[in-house]
Amino acid sequence: MQFPILSALIFTPIVAGIILLFLPAENRVWIRRIALVAATLILLMSFVLYFTYDVSRGGYQFLEEAKWLPQFGIHYKLGIDGISLPLVLLSGLVIFSGVLVSWNVEDRPREFFSFLMFLGASVLGVFCALDLFLLFFFFELAVFPKYLMIVVWGYPKTREYGGMKLTLYLFIGSVIALVGTLAIYFGSGLRTFDLLALEQAGFPAEFQRLWFPFVFLGFAILGGIFPFHSWAPDGHVAAPTAISMLLAGVEMKVGAFAALRVGIQLLPEGAQYWAAAILLLATINVVYGAFIAMVQTDFKYVIGFSSVSHMGLVLIGFATLNRDGLLGAGMQMFSHGVMTALFFAIVGMVYDRAHTREIGALGGLVQKMPWAAVGFIIGGLVSMGMPGFSGFVSEIPVFMGAWQVAPLVAIVAILGILITAAYIFLVVRRVFFGEIPPALDQSVTDISRKDKLVIGMLALVMILLGWFPSLLTRLIEPGVQSILALIGGGR
Amino acid sequence: MAVETLIVLIPLLPLLAFFAIVLFAHRNNALSHWLALIAAGVAWMLSMIVFRRAVQTEELSRFPFAAAIEWLPTGSAALKIGVQIDPLSAVTLFFVAWTVLMIFIYSIGYHNFGQPKGEHDRPGLPPHGAEIRDGHGHVHRVPSIEPMYARFFALISLFAFAMFLLVITDNLLTLYIGWEIMGLCSYLLIGFWYAKESARNAMIKAFLTTRVGDVFMLLGLAALYSLTGTLNYQVILNNPAVLNGLASAASPLAGVSWAGLIGILLIIGTIGKSAQFPLHIWLPDAMEGPTPVSAMIHAATMVSAGVYLVIRFFPLLSAGWDGHHLTLPMLVMGAVGAFTALFAATIALAQNDIKRVLAYSTISQLGYMIAGLGVGAYVAAAFHLVTHAFFKALLFLGSGSVIHGMEHGVFHTGENIDPQNMLYMGGLRKKMPLTFWTFLAGGLALSGFPLITAGFWSKDEILSGAYASGQTAIFWMLAAAALLTAFYTMRQITLTFLGQPRSHSAEHAHESRPVMTIPLVILAFFAITAGWVGIPEYFPAVGGLLPNWFEEFVGSMLVSHGETAHFSLLPLGVSVVVALGGLWMGWLTYRGVVRPVDPLEKPLGGIYTLLRNKYYVDEFYQWAFIRPARWLAETLTDRWLDRTIIDGALHSIAGFGVWLGKSLRRWIDLPVINGAGDLTAAGTRNLGAFLRSLQSGRVQIYATVGLGLAAMVAILIYFLWVIG
Repeated sequence: MQFPILSALIFTPIVAGIILLFLPAENRVWIRRIALVAATLILLMSFVLYFTYDVSRGGYQFLEEAKWLPQFGIHYKLGIDGISLPLVLLSGLVIFSGVLVSWNVEDRPREFFSFLMFLGASVLGVFCALDLFLLFFFFELAVFPKYLMIVVWGYPKTREYGGMKLTLYLFIGSVIALVGTLAIYFGSGLRTFDLLALEQAGFPAEFQRLWFPFVFLGFAILGGIFPFHSWAPDGHVAAPTAISMLLAGVEMKVGAFAALRVGIQLLPEGAQYWAAAILLLATINVVYGAFIAMVQTDFKYVIGFSSVSHMGLVLIGFATLNRDGLLGAGMQMFSHGVMTALFFAIVGMVYDRAHTREIGALGGLVQKMPWAAVGFIIGGLVSMGMPGFSGFVSEIPVFMGAWQVAPLVAIVAILGILITAAYIFLVVRRVFFGEIPPALDQSVTDISRKDKLVIGMLALVMILLGWFPSLLTRLIEPGVQSILALIGGGR
Repeated sequence: MAVETLIVLIPLLPLLAFFAIVLFAHRNNALSHWLALIAAGVAWMLSMIVFRRAVQTEELSRFPFAAAIEWLPTGSAALKIGVQIDPLSAVTLFFVAWTVLMIFIYSIGYHNFGQPKGEHDRPGLPPHGAEIRDGHGHVHRVPSIEPMYARFFALISLFAFAMFLLVITDNLLTLYIGWEIMGLCSYLLIGFWYAKESARNAMIKAFLTTRVGDVFMLLGLAALYSLTGTLNYQVILNNPAVLNGLASAASPLAGVSWAGLIGILLIIGTIGKSAQFPLHIWLPDAMEGPTPVSAMIHAATMVSAGVYLVIRFFPLLSAGWDGHHLTLPMLVMGAVGAFTALFAATIALAQNDIKRVLAYSTISQLGYMIAGLGVGAYVAAAFHLVTHAFFKALLFLGSGSVIHGMEHGVFHTGENIDPQNMLYMGGLRKKMPLTFWTFLAGGLALSGFPLITAGFWSKDEILSGAYASGQTAIFWMLAAAALLTAFYTMRQITLTFLGQPRSHSAEHAHESRPVMTIPLVILAFFAITAGWVGIPEYFPAVGGLLPNWFEEFVGSMLVSHGETAHFSLLPLGVSVVVALGGLWMGWLTYRGVVRPVDPLEKPLGGIYTLLRNKYYVDEFYQWAFIRPARWLAETLTDRWLDRTIIDGALHSIAGFGVWLGKSLRRWIDLPVINGAGDLTAAGTRNLGAFLRSLQSGRVQIYATVGLGLAAMVAILIYFLWVIG
């Protein structure tokens, strides 16, 4: 039997999280070390997966299966394909970065890192699960650490509100999705939660049309779909830096991914029926999020709303249901995850030093923290789809895909990235260039080496992908092909 | 080496230089400029080799040098990117390589390499100058070296990379990539002195304005791709079947073919990049960057790229053109180009900043090229692109040399004047002879001085083309613009170099160093001679003495020739008369200026103010677009839709839930269920107390509870999974 690497991947953070809870709270050195070791292991394992996944064979690999609740057809079944593998890699990158930027957490670091690990296990579990129940289990596992981390370590002014809003929205989402899931379970007549079996179940068209909105929308709420996006900016802003990175960088992808895997892959005819509606909502996402981001006076809210805008492109890509669009959505999920993690990391670095996030109170920080400024500009270029960065190779296929089904959507979405350019450069100008306020001139210091490592690593990933998109497309492409096969022949 | 390998290396070298400078040489000034220079120099040499081979190859337009690899999988097959050199890219490569190299060399002097560091200089501001003590104990103020010297060379290397990439590529997508990277570089370089408020505003304005054009271009790209399944030049543009298909297929826009719609979208991209009306507003503000950057943007790269795009896609833009009725994209180009040429020329009349005059002249000259394409004068437009690049690079670098000389005077005298204002110059001819003679060559080329200058031959061909096409309105607009061009050029030369100095600084100006003047001389050579390769055979007296090589070489790009070659003396006469007349009037008007006041200011009155303020276009945009956009974002979407409607709905649902809970408690729970007995109530109270102790906010307790739950789940799993 081969080494169960996916289980190892998921249980590494769980074990680390439990060990951390048993350490004495004063032992900060070991707390950090264990968290870093676990995060490094996750990152290494995700790289191992990346390099050992056999592209020529495609499909689900590294399969593991064990009985869990066989009475209900529930299995512990894991496996990854070309769609989920990049997201596993993304989680590895973001968890690792999250640990590094949280290195100097003063308040109860033991619980902080422990919950961070549980959150990591949850997202990795969703990406690897091939059993609908297991997927749901991991999906819900995130709620507990997420809520606590926002409420305990979050931004004091809004953490109760932000945490509550986020939790409520996601609960509503999962309840809706659960209803749909149960319908799928009973509707299939197979008495199984196995995703691979359910894919072949051949649900009647009427059934698919009825239940598709439940599962898709339920999960897509976590992906930030309009008009249920409102948790995202408030939640992201209230959360501590590492959690903002994970929330916007990975958790939103969890929502989108689950909507794809459960919604579109199990109910493809439902997806075709509802595609136009999703396109409409997602297009609103793009423009609406960008517009609001433009007028925010809080640095972190700008990024919070930009995530709403960019997730719209992912959802547009899904709703095209064609090769280009899905490929772009897959790329965009990874690209946006890395980009927004970088953004939130830098926002956190600025806030930790300037103690304010008001754009008007900041300025000239390029002199104090050049790495942060360059990192932010690179992230900005990714977000506005500048060639040479990962955003371009992700957005172009989305636009191409959208043009084939609804040119108007492509036009509006492309105009959306024009607004993106505007708000990014306005923020760059006000925060990093210009006159530095005297108070900041005294107090702000340069960022640490670990921070620079995070910025350098995430920026490098985005640039590499911008020049060599085949690093990911070689994985995503076969994944997209199998989705197209489900939809019917593939266009 | 195979010629394809050489072609690939051309953009790669400046890119490597960029990375090398950023990573290893950002503190070493000499190393940084040597890296940039060597890369630009080798790229220049390779370009010349490629150009030579291209010239010697028969039927290059049908069988260009090409190679391609797969890059991004989209559509039915992977999107290929590759390189291609055909006659059009060969001549573009020629002038880009020359101007880039000259600008690089010049920048060393412009940024005061070898000068001391200024005590008060800091990154983000132009150098203030340094004080040095000579052997006799006298203190002098001298120019100081640019504090971000290495960064400058890194960025212009990246800029050069993007332009080379754009020129050598074989498809629209890679062209777009180079195009966008150039937009980024122009953003970074216009805002190079980012501590200046005006530079920060200009950098954002440039990026966003060109970006408006870019998104339309991207739409055109997406449309083209979804219709043809490829973005490769040869497959689309050298293929009459594809072109005819696009020209006859109706687009969603009523009465417009797909070729017309895509053409217009691409033209909007050019309007942004090449600063045509109504997106011209960024270019004059782009003067905030260092002067070599202005030369880079105005001659070698950015704006030339815009014109290159429409020349490249001329077969598509003119698809369906029979030689008489212009296609819709051609009409658009003709109208926009001719209007811009005249419009910008009038603004240039009333500008006093030496670089701003040149900026508006660039806009105007680009208008010529676009208008030339609009009337079908394909070769003439390409020809003017080449000659303009040479003489405009020369003029910008020359103006930089003038500014340098004036700054020297300002340092010397301590006068508080703007060293770029021409009204404070005068008489620099004697102080800066090399700069003067080269600037004169460039200025005459810009004015189209007959026979000897390059600008005459290319401009004359555009005028003849406009006349021959029967578009008399376009012809007369272009002729009027040519008259104004000659006039404001002579105004510039007279105010700057002739007459008497109008400030003490101008009296103390002096010639720049050879590292700056030698590039001027080389560019002046091309500003004169570049026109001689394209003298039409039918031209009286001199026609046919030299073969019209340019027409043959670049003209072979067109599958079908639409150009009507019948010759008429009228456009020739007009072009000679307006050039000489404009120059003469300019000299008459400005020769006697002794005080720093424009003699036209009083007589023209309100018109002068209107021109001076550039027709208030900026103010109009602020009022018509920027403020409504802010309102839309701030008031409508953010305040009203997001906070009031969406959040309001959420809050009222939450409020309803709370109300429901309270009501249930008050009307059902308390009277009905509480009656069930005190025992239950006591139990509830105890449970409540227990739960409250859990909600103490202490994370340890949460963690313990969480752990307990996890343990219970684990036990459950164990029983169900292992035993069951």
